[in-house]
Amino acid sequence: MMNHPTEEQLVLYYYGESNQGAADIEAHVSGCEQCRASYKGLQRVLNSVDSFPVPERAPDYENQVWASIEKRMEKRSRWLSFGWRPMLAAAAMVALMVGAFLAGRTWQKPARPIVAATDNRGVRERVLLVAVGDHLERSQMVLVELANAGTPKAGRLDISFERQTAEDLLESNRLYRQTASTNGDVATAALLEELERVLLEIAHSPSEVSGRQLEELRRQIEDRGILFKVKIFGSQVEQSAQSATSL
Amino acid sequence: MEDSDSVAVARVKAGDGDAYRALVDRHSRSVFRLAYRMTGNEQDAEDVVQETFLRAYKQLHRYEARASFGTWLYRIASNYSLDLVRSRKRHPQAAFDESSKPGEEAANPVHAVASDAPGPDRLLLGDEVQRAVASTLDQLSQQERTAFVLRHFEGQSIEEIGSSLGLSGNATKHSIFRAVQKLRRALEPLVT
Repeated sequence: MMNHPTEEQLVLYYYGESNQGAADIEAHVSGCEQCRASYKGLQRVLNSVDSFPVPERAPDYENQVWASIEKRMEKRSRWLSFGWRPMLAAAAMVALMVGAFLAGRTWQKPARPIVAATDNRGVRERVLLVAVGDHLERSQMVLVELANAGTPKAGRLDISFERQTAEDLLESNRLYRQTASTNGDVATAALLEELERVLLEIAHSPSEVSGRQLEELRRQIEDRGILFKVKIFGSQVEQSAQSATSL
Repeated sequence: MEDSDSVAVARVKAGDGDAYRALVDRHSRSVFRLAYRMTGNEQDAEDVVQETFLRAYKQLHRYEARASFGTWLYRIASNYSLDLVRSRKRHPQAAFDESSKPGEEAANPVHAVASDAPGPDRLLLGDEVQRAVASTLDQLSQQERTAFVLRHFEGQSIEEIGSSLGLSGNATKHSIFRAVQKLRRALEPLVT
Protein backbone atom coordinates (compact mmCIF):
# COMPACT_ATOMS: atom_id res chain seq x y z
CA MET A 1 0.00 0.00 0.00
CA MET A 2 1.32 3.46 -0.84
CA ASN A 3 2.14 6.03 1.86
CA HIS A 4 -0.60 8.40 2.94
CA PRO A 5 -1.28 10.69 -0.02
CA THR A 6 -0.57 14.36 0.59
CA GLU A 7 -3.39 16.90 0.70
CA GLU A 8 -2.29 18.15 -2.70
CA GLN A 9 -2.49 14.64 -4.15
CA LEU A 10 -6.01 14.28 -2.77
CA VAL A 11 -7.03 17.57 -4.37
CA LEU A 12 -5.66 16.45 -7.74
CA TYR A 13 -7.37 13.09 -7.28
CA TYR A 14 -10.69 14.86 -6.62
CA TYR A 15 -10.31 16.76 -9.90
CA GLY A 16 -9.23 13.69 -11.84
CA GLU A 17 -5.76 15.10 -12.41
CA SER A 18 -3.76 12.35 -10.69
CA ASN A 19 -2.87 10.65 -13.96
CA GLN A 20 -1.33 7.24 -13.31
CA GLY A 21 -1.42 7.65 -9.51
CA ALA A 22 -5.21 7.62 -9.36
CA ALA A 23 -5.56 3.87 -8.86
CA ASP A 24 -3.02 3.86 -6.01
CA ILE A 25 -4.74 6.74 -4.25
CA GLU A 26 -8.14 5.13 -4.68
CA ALA A 27 -6.88 1.86 -3.22
CA HIS A 28 -5.21 3.65 -0.33
CA VAL A 29 -8.18 5.86 0.50
CA SER A 30 -10.59 2.93 0.54
CA GLY A 31 -8.34 1.01 2.95
CA CYS A 32 -7.15 3.84 5.22
CA GLU A 33 -9.68 5.29 7.63
CA GLN A 34 -7.68 8.46 8.27
CA CYS A 35 -7.28 9.28 4.57
CA ARG A 36 -10.90 8.35 3.86
CA ALA A 37 -12.05 10.84 6.48
CA SER A 38 -9.73 13.48 5.08
CA TYR A 39 -10.95 12.88 1.54
CA LYS A 40 -14.61 13.00 2.62
CA GLY A 41 -13.93 16.32 4.32
CA LEU A 42 -12.39 17.63 1.12
CA GLN A 43 -15.38 16.40 -0.91
CA ARG A 44 -17.82 18.13 1.43
CA VAL A 45 -15.94 21.42 1.20
CA LEU A 46 -15.59 21.35 -2.56
CA ASN A 47 -19.21 20.29 -3.06
CA SER A 48 -20.30 23.17 -0.87
CA VAL A 49 -18.36 25.60 -3.07
CA ASP A 50 -20.90 24.86 -5.79
CA SER A 51 -23.38 26.82 -3.69
CA PHE A 52 -21.62 30.05 -4.67
CA PRO A 53 -24.66 31.93 -5.96
CA VAL A 54 -24.70 33.40 -9.43
CA PRO A 55 -27.50 35.92 -9.92
CA GLU A 56 -30.18 34.70 -12.30
CA ARG A 57 -30.51 36.55 -15.59
CA ALA A 58 -33.83 37.68 -17.08
CA PRO A 59 -35.52 35.30 -19.53
CA ASP A 60 -34.71 37.67 -22.40
CA TYR A 61 -31.10 38.13 -21.30
CA GLU A 62 -29.71 37.12 -24.69
CA ASN A 63 -31.79 39.86 -26.35
CA GLN A 64 -30.48 42.39 -23.84
CA VAL A 65 -26.88 41.42 -24.54
CA TRP A 66 -27.46 41.59 -28.28
CA ALA A 67 -29.14 44.99 -28.02
CA SER A 68 -26.25 46.35 -26.00
CA ILE A 69 -23.54 45.19 -28.39
CA GLU A 70 -25.24 45.43 -31.78
CA LYS A 71 -24.65 49.14 -32.31
CA ARG A 72 -21.08 48.98 -31.09
CA MET A 73 -20.51 46.02 -33.37
CA GLU A 74 -21.76 48.01 -36.33
CA LYS A 75 -19.43 50.83 -35.45
CA ARG A 76 -16.43 48.51 -35.19
CA SER A 77 -17.50 46.55 -38.22
CA ARG A 78 -17.86 49.69 -40.33
CA TRP A 79 -14.44 50.77 -39.23
CA LEU A 80 -12.86 47.39 -39.91
CA SER A 81 -14.59 46.74 -43.20
CA PHE A 82 -13.18 49.86 -44.80
CA GLY A 83 -9.70 49.03 -43.56
CA TRP A 84 -7.47 51.34 -41.60
CA ARG A 85 -5.16 52.64 -44.26
CA PRO A 86 -7.65 54.34 -46.61
CA MET A 87 -9.53 55.84 -43.68
CA LEU A 88 -6.36 57.11 -42.10
CA ALA A 89 -5.32 58.61 -45.41
CA ALA A 90 -8.71 60.30 -45.61
CA ALA A 91 -8.38 61.49 -42.02
CA ALA A 92 -4.93 62.87 -42.74
CA MET A 93 -6.36 64.67 -45.76
CA VAL A 94 -9.17 66.14 -43.65
CA ALA A 95 -6.59 67.14 -41.06
CA LEU A 96 -4.54 68.88 -43.69
CA MET A 97 -7.57 70.69 -45.07
CA VAL A 98 -8.76 71.70 -41.62
CA GLY A 99 -5.26 72.76 -40.68
CA ALA A 100 -4.80 74.82 -43.79
CA PHE A 101 -8.30 76.25 -43.48
CA LEU A 102 -7.86 77.31 -39.89
CA ALA A 103 -4.29 78.46 -40.28
CA GLY A 104 -5.49 80.67 -43.12
CA ARG A 105 -8.00 82.21 -40.77
CA THR A 106 -5.26 83.73 -38.67
CA TRP A 107 -3.88 85.94 -41.43
CA GLN A 108 -6.84 86.39 -43.80
CA LYS A 109 -8.47 89.77 -43.42
CA PRO A 110 -12.24 89.61 -43.10
CA ALA A 111 -13.22 90.90 -46.51
CA ARG A 112 -16.69 89.41 -46.42
CA PRO A 113 -19.79 90.48 -44.55
CA ILE A 114 -19.85 89.59 -40.86
CA VAL A 115 -22.76 87.13 -41.21
CA ALA A 116 -20.91 85.09 -43.83
CA ALA A 117 -17.80 85.08 -41.66
CA THR A 118 -19.79 83.73 -38.72
CA ASP A 119 -21.29 81.02 -40.95
CA ASN A 120 -17.85 80.02 -42.20
CA ARG A 121 -16.50 79.84 -38.68
CA GLY A 122 -19.40 77.56 -37.75
CA VAL A 123 -18.66 75.29 -40.68
CA ARG A 124 -14.97 75.21 -39.80
CA GLU A 125 -15.70 74.36 -36.19
CA ARG A 126 -18.05 71.56 -37.20
CA VAL A 127 -15.49 70.12 -39.60
CA LEU A 128 -12.82 70.30 -36.93
CA LEU A 129 -15.06 68.75 -34.28
CA VAL A 130 -16.10 65.86 -36.50
CA ALA A 131 -12.51 65.23 -37.61
CA VAL A 132 -11.10 65.38 -34.08
CA GLY A 133 -13.93 63.19 -32.77
CA ASP A 134 -13.16 60.61 -35.42
CA HIS A 135 -9.47 60.79 -34.65
CA LEU A 136 -10.08 60.31 -30.93
CA GLU A 137 -12.34 57.35 -31.56
CA ARG A 138 -9.67 55.61 -33.61
CA SER A 139 -7.00 56.41 -31.04
CA GLN A 140 -9.27 55.06 -28.33
CA MET A 141 -9.61 51.75 -30.15
CA VAL A 142 -5.84 51.32 -30.28
CA LEU A 143 -5.49 52.17 -26.59
CA VAL A 144 -8.32 49.82 -25.61
CA GLU A 145 -6.79 47.02 -27.66
CA LEU A 146 -3.48 47.34 -25.87
CA ALA A 147 -4.97 47.94 -22.44
CA ASN A 148 -7.07 44.78 -22.75
CA ALA A 149 -4.71 42.57 -24.73
CA GLY A 150 -4.19 39.20 -23.06
CA THR A 151 -0.79 38.85 -21.47
CA PRO A 152 1.42 36.82 -23.81
CA LYS A 153 1.70 33.29 -22.46
CA ALA A 154 5.11 31.87 -23.11
CA GLY A 155 6.25 33.97 -26.02
CA ARG A 156 5.50 37.41 -27.37
CA LEU A 157 2.40 39.26 -28.48
CA ASP A 158 2.12 40.57 -32.01
CA ILE A 159 1.11 44.24 -31.84
CA SER A 160 2.23 45.16 -35.36
CA PHE A 161 -1.33 46.20 -36.27
CA GLU A 162 -1.67 48.55 -33.30
CA ARG A 163 1.85 49.83 -33.85
CA GLN A 164 1.23 50.66 -37.50
CA THR A 165 -2.07 52.31 -36.65
CA ALA A 166 -0.43 54.42 -33.94
CA GLU A 167 2.21 55.48 -36.44
CA ASP A 168 -0.49 56.55 -38.91
CA LEU A 169 -2.50 58.33 -36.24
CA LEU A 170 0.55 60.30 -35.15
CA GLU A 171 0.58 62.32 -38.33
CA SER A 172 -2.99 63.54 -38.04
CA ASN A 173 -2.57 63.99 -34.29
CA ARG A 174 0.25 66.48 -34.87
CA LEU A 175 -1.85 68.45 -37.34
CA TYR A 176 -4.86 68.60 -35.03
CA ARG A 177 -2.66 69.60 -32.10
CA GLN A 178 -1.03 72.40 -34.06
CA THR A 179 -4.42 73.58 -35.30
CA ALA A 180 -5.90 73.55 -31.82
CA SER A 181 -2.87 75.39 -30.50
CA THR A 182 -3.12 78.02 -33.25
CA ASN A 183 -6.79 78.48 -32.42
CA GLY A 184 -6.01 78.99 -28.75
CA ASP A 185 -7.90 75.81 -27.83
CA VAL A 186 -5.63 74.97 -24.91
CA ALA A 187 -7.61 71.96 -23.61
CA THR A 188 -7.70 70.16 -26.96
CA ALA A 189 -4.05 70.93 -27.63
CA ALA A 190 -3.03 69.59 -24.20
CA LEU A 191 -4.98 66.38 -24.63
CA LEU A 192 -3.58 65.82 -28.11
CA GLU A 193 -0.08 66.46 -26.83
CA GLU A 194 -0.50 63.76 -24.18
CA LEU A 195 -2.04 61.42 -26.71
CA GLU A 196 0.85 62.07 -29.05
CA ARG A 197 3.37 60.90 -26.44
CA VAL A 198 1.50 57.64 -25.92
CA LEU A 199 1.03 57.09 -29.66
CA LEU A 200 4.74 57.73 -30.10
CA GLU A 201 5.56 55.08 -27.49
CA ILE A 202 3.34 52.55 -29.24
CA ALA A 203 4.65 53.46 -32.70
CA HIS A 204 8.23 53.01 -31.49
CA SER A 205 7.56 49.66 -29.83
CA PRO A 206 8.71 46.46 -31.51
CA SER A 207 6.16 44.58 -33.62
CA GLU A 208 6.18 41.79 -31.07
CA VAL A 209 6.35 42.57 -27.37
CA SER A 210 7.12 40.47 -24.32
CA GLY A 211 4.84 40.44 -21.30
CA ARG A 212 7.10 42.96 -19.57
CA GLN A 213 7.07 45.34 -22.54
CA LEU A 214 3.31 45.07 -22.81
CA GLU A 215 2.98 45.83 -19.12
CA GLU A 216 5.18 48.89 -19.61
CA LEU A 217 2.95 50.13 -22.44
CA ARG A 218 -0.13 49.52 -20.33
CA ARG A 219 1.46 51.38 -17.45
CA GLN A 220 2.09 54.37 -19.71
CA ILE A 221 -1.54 54.32 -20.81
CA GLU A 222 -2.83 53.88 -17.26
CA ASP A 223 -0.49 56.29 -15.49
CA ARG A 224 -1.42 59.11 -17.79
CA GLY A 225 -5.12 58.21 -17.56
CA ILE A 226 -5.09 58.89 -21.27
CA LEU A 227 -7.73 56.34 -22.17
CA PHE A 228 -10.19 57.86 -19.73
CA LYS A 229 -9.42 61.37 -20.94
CA VAL A 230 -9.78 60.38 -24.58
CA LYS A 231 -13.11 58.67 -23.84
CA ILE A 232 -14.53 61.67 -22.00
CA PHE A 233 -13.16 64.22 -24.41
CA GLY A 234 -14.25 62.13 -27.39
CA SER A 235 -17.84 61.92 -26.15
CA GLN A 236 -17.87 65.67 -25.43
CA VAL A 237 -16.60 66.38 -28.91
CA GLU A 238 -19.21 64.06 -30.39
CA GLN A 239 -21.98 65.84 -28.48
CA SER A 240 -20.71 69.26 -29.52
CA ALA A 241 -20.48 68.14 -33.13
CA GLN A 242 -24.04 66.83 -33.01
CA SER A 243 -25.44 69.99 -31.46
CA ALA A 244 -23.46 72.12 -33.93
CA THR A 245 -24.90 70.11 -36.81
CA SER A 246 -28.44 70.39 -35.50
CA LEU A 247 -28.22 74.21 -35.31
CA MET B 1 -23.21 22.84 -30.28
CA GLU B 2 -19.64 22.99 -31.57
CA ASP B 3 -20.76 22.18 -35.10
CA SER B 4 -23.42 24.86 -35.06
CA ASP B 5 -20.87 27.28 -33.59
CA SER B 6 -18.52 26.52 -36.46
CA VAL B 7 -21.28 27.16 -38.97
CA ALA B 8 -22.17 30.46 -37.33
CA VAL B 9 -18.51 31.50 -37.18
CA ALA B 10 -18.05 30.67 -40.86
CA ARG B 11 -21.12 32.75 -41.73
CA VAL B 12 -19.88 35.72 -39.71
CA LYS B 13 -16.46 35.48 -41.37
CA ALA B 14 -18.22 35.44 -44.73
CA GLY B 15 -19.80 38.78 -43.88
CA ASP B 16 -23.11 37.75 -42.29
CA GLY B 17 -23.02 39.88 -39.15
CA ASP B 18 -26.45 38.64 -38.03
CA ALA B 19 -25.07 35.11 -37.65
CA TYR B 20 -23.14 36.43 -34.68
CA ARG B 21 -26.40 36.71 -32.82
CA ALA B 22 -26.69 32.92 -32.69
CA LEU B 23 -23.34 32.80 -30.90
CA VAL B 24 -24.43 35.50 -28.46
CA ASP B 25 -27.66 33.58 -27.79
CA ARG B 26 -25.77 30.35 -27.11
CA HIS B 27 -22.99 31.65 -24.92
CA SER B 28 -24.04 34.83 -23.14
CA ARG B 29 -25.36 33.12 -19.98
CA SER B 30 -22.33 30.91 -19.53
CA VAL B 31 -19.98 33.84 -20.15
CA PHE B 32 -21.91 35.76 -17.49
CA ARG B 33 -21.56 32.88 -15.00
CA LEU B 34 -17.83 32.63 -15.61
CA ALA B 35 -17.39 36.40 -15.37
CA TYR B 36 -19.41 36.61 -12.17
CA ARG B 37 -17.40 33.83 -10.54
CA MET B 38 -14.20 35.53 -11.58
CA THR B 39 -15.13 39.07 -10.58
CA GLY B 40 -17.73 38.51 -7.83
CA ASN B 41 -19.58 41.59 -9.07
CA GLU B 42 -22.74 41.66 -11.17
CA GLN B 43 -22.01 44.91 -12.99
CA ASP B 44 -18.45 43.90 -13.76
CA ALA B 45 -19.71 40.57 -15.05
CA GLU B 46 -22.12 42.40 -17.37
CA ASP B 47 -19.25 44.53 -18.66
CA VAL B 48 -17.23 41.39 -19.25
CA VAL B 49 -20.07 39.79 -21.23
CA GLN B 50 -20.42 42.79 -23.54
CA GLU B 51 -16.71 43.37 -24.00
CA THR B 52 -16.05 39.67 -24.54
CA PHE B 53 -18.51 39.46 -27.43
CA LEU B 54 -17.25 42.71 -28.93
CA ARG B 55 -13.64 41.63 -28.74
CA ALA B 56 -14.43 38.17 -30.07
CA TYR B 57 -16.29 39.75 -32.99
CA LYS B 58 -13.42 42.03 -33.76
CA GLN B 59 -10.82 39.29 -33.47
CA LEU B 60 -12.82 36.58 -35.20
CA HIS B 61 -10.40 36.62 -38.12
CA ARG B 62 -7.72 35.43 -35.68
CA TYR B 63 -9.83 32.50 -34.49
CA GLU B 64 -8.57 29.39 -36.24
CA ALA B 65 -10.84 26.71 -34.79
CA ARG B 66 -7.95 24.91 -33.06
CA ALA B 67 -10.03 25.14 -29.91
CA SER B 68 -13.83 25.20 -29.88
CA PHE B 69 -15.40 28.63 -30.23
CA GLY B 70 -16.69 28.35 -26.65
CA THR B 71 -13.21 27.67 -25.24
CA TRP B 72 -11.77 30.57 -27.23
CA LEU B 73 -14.59 32.86 -26.09
CA TYR B 74 -14.19 31.87 -22.42
CA ARG B 75 -10.49 32.54 -22.66
CA ILE B 76 -11.25 36.09 -23.84
CA ALA B 77 -13.77 36.42 -21.01
CA SER B 78 -11.38 35.15 -18.35
CA ASN B 79 -8.55 37.38 -19.57
CA TYR B 80 -10.81 40.40 -19.58
CA SER B 81 -12.17 39.48 -16.14
CA LEU B 82 -8.61 39.27 -14.87
CA ASP B 83 -7.83 42.71 -16.26
CA LEU B 84 -10.94 44.08 -14.63
CA VAL B 85 -10.19 42.47 -11.27
CA ARG B 86 -6.62 43.76 -11.51
CA SER B 87 -7.84 47.31 -12.09
CA ARG B 88 -10.39 46.95 -9.26
CA LYS B 89 -7.59 45.90 -6.93
CA ARG B 90 -5.93 49.19 -7.73
CA HIS B 91 -9.20 51.03 -7.01
CA PRO B 92 -10.70 48.84 -4.29
CA GLN B 93 -14.42 48.55 -3.75
CA ALA B 94 -16.70 45.82 -2.47
CA ALA B 95 -15.84 42.87 -4.64
CA PHE B 96 -18.68 40.61 -3.67
CA ASP B 97 -21.93 41.91 -5.01
CA GLU B 98 -24.29 42.42 -2.10
CA SER B 99 -27.23 42.64 -4.48
CA SER B 100 -27.13 38.89 -4.95
CA LYS B 101 -28.66 37.54 -1.81
CA PRO B 102 -27.52 34.08 -0.91
CA GLY B 103 -30.35 31.62 -0.76
CA GLU B 104 -32.43 33.29 -3.45
CA GLU B 105 -31.73 30.63 -6.01
CA ALA B 106 -34.33 27.95 -6.26
CA ALA B 107 -31.96 25.05 -6.62
CA ASN B 108 -29.31 25.21 -3.95
CA PRO B 109 -26.70 22.49 -4.37
CA VAL B 110 -25.63 22.74 -0.74
CA HIS B 111 -29.11 21.87 0.42
CA ALA B 112 -29.37 19.13 -2.13
CA VAL B 113 -26.12 17.60 -0.92
CA ALA B 114 -26.81 18.07 2.73
CA SER B 115 -30.37 16.85 2.90
CA ASP B 116 -33.38 16.10 0.75
CA ALA B 117 -35.65 18.22 2.91
CA PRO B 118 -33.64 20.97 4.60
CA GLY B 119 -35.09 22.49 7.72
CA PRO B 120 -34.73 26.19 8.60
CA ASP B 121 -31.46 25.57 10.45
CA ARG B 122 -29.97 23.88 7.40
CA LEU B 123 -31.16 26.67 5.10
CA LEU B 124 -29.55 29.16 7.44
CA LEU B 125 -26.35 27.16 7.39
CA GLY B 126 -26.53 27.09 3.57
CA ASP B 127 -26.63 30.89 3.53
CA GLU B 128 -23.68 31.01 5.87
CA VAL B 129 -21.73 28.63 3.66
CA GLN B 130 -22.52 30.71 0.59
CA ARG B 131 -21.30 33.85 2.31
CA ALA B 132 -18.17 32.09 3.46
CA VAL B 133 -17.53 30.79 -0.07
CA ALA B 134 -17.96 34.28 -1.52
CA SER B 135 -15.79 35.87 1.12
CA THR B 136 -13.03 33.27 0.79
CA LEU B 137 -13.02 33.47 -3.00
CA ASP B 138 -12.66 37.20 -2.62
CA GLN B 139 -9.60 36.75 -0.43
CA LEU B 140 -7.78 34.53 -2.90
CA SER B 141 -5.08 36.03 -5.06
CA GLN B 142 -6.12 36.72 -8.67
CA GLN B 143 -4.10 33.75 -9.84
CA GLU B 144 -5.57 31.41 -7.26
CA ARG B 145 -9.11 32.55 -7.92
CA THR B 146 -8.80 32.30 -11.68
CA ALA B 147 -7.12 28.90 -11.60
CA PHE B 148 -9.68 27.60 -9.13
CA VAL B 149 -12.72 28.97 -10.97
CA LEU B 150 -11.50 27.60 -14.29
CA ARG B 151 -10.81 24.17 -12.78
CA HIS B 152 -13.72 23.81 -10.39
CA PHE B 153 -16.58 25.55 -12.20
CA GLU B 154 -15.47 25.44 -15.82
CA GLY B 155 -13.86 22.00 -15.70
CA GLN B 156 -10.78 23.13 -17.62
CA SER B 157 -7.69 20.93 -17.46
CA ILE B 158 -4.51 21.98 -15.66
CA GLU B 159 -2.87 22.33 -19.07
CA GLU B 160 -5.60 24.63 -20.43
CA ILE B 161 -5.54 26.79 -17.32
CA GLY B 162 -1.74 27.00 -17.39
CA SER B 163 -1.89 28.08 -20.99
CA SER B 164 -4.47 30.80 -20.22
CA LEU B 165 -2.54 32.12 -17.25
CA GLY B 166 0.95 31.69 -18.67
CA LEU B 167 1.88 29.26 -15.88
CA SER B 168 3.68 25.94 -15.82
CA GLY B 169 1.70 22.82 -14.93
CA ASN B 170 3.19 22.74 -11.45
CA ALA B 171 2.51 26.42 -10.77
CA THR B 172 -1.08 25.92 -11.93
CA LYS B 173 -1.51 22.93 -9.62
CA HIS B 174 -0.09 24.90 -6.70
CA SER B 175 -2.47 27.81 -7.36
CA ILE B 176 -5.46 25.48 -7.32
CA PHE B 177 -4.15 23.69 -4.26
CA ARG B 178 -3.62 26.94 -2.33
CA ALA B 179 -7.15 28.03 -3.23
CA VAL B 180 -8.57 24.71 -2.02
CA GLN B 181 -6.58 24.92 1.21
CA LYS B 182 -7.96 28.38 1.96
CA LEU B 183 -11.48 27.28 1.15
CA ARG B 184 -11.05 24.22 3.32
CA ARG B 185 -9.88 26.26 6.29
CA ALA B 186 -12.86 28.59 5.97
CA LEU B 187 -15.56 26.06 5.14
CA GLU B 188 -14.70 22.86 6.93
CA PRO B 189 -16.08 24.03 10.28
CA LEU B 190 -19.36 24.87 8.56
CA VAL B 191 -19.89 21.70 6.56
CA THR B 192 -18.76 18.97 8.96
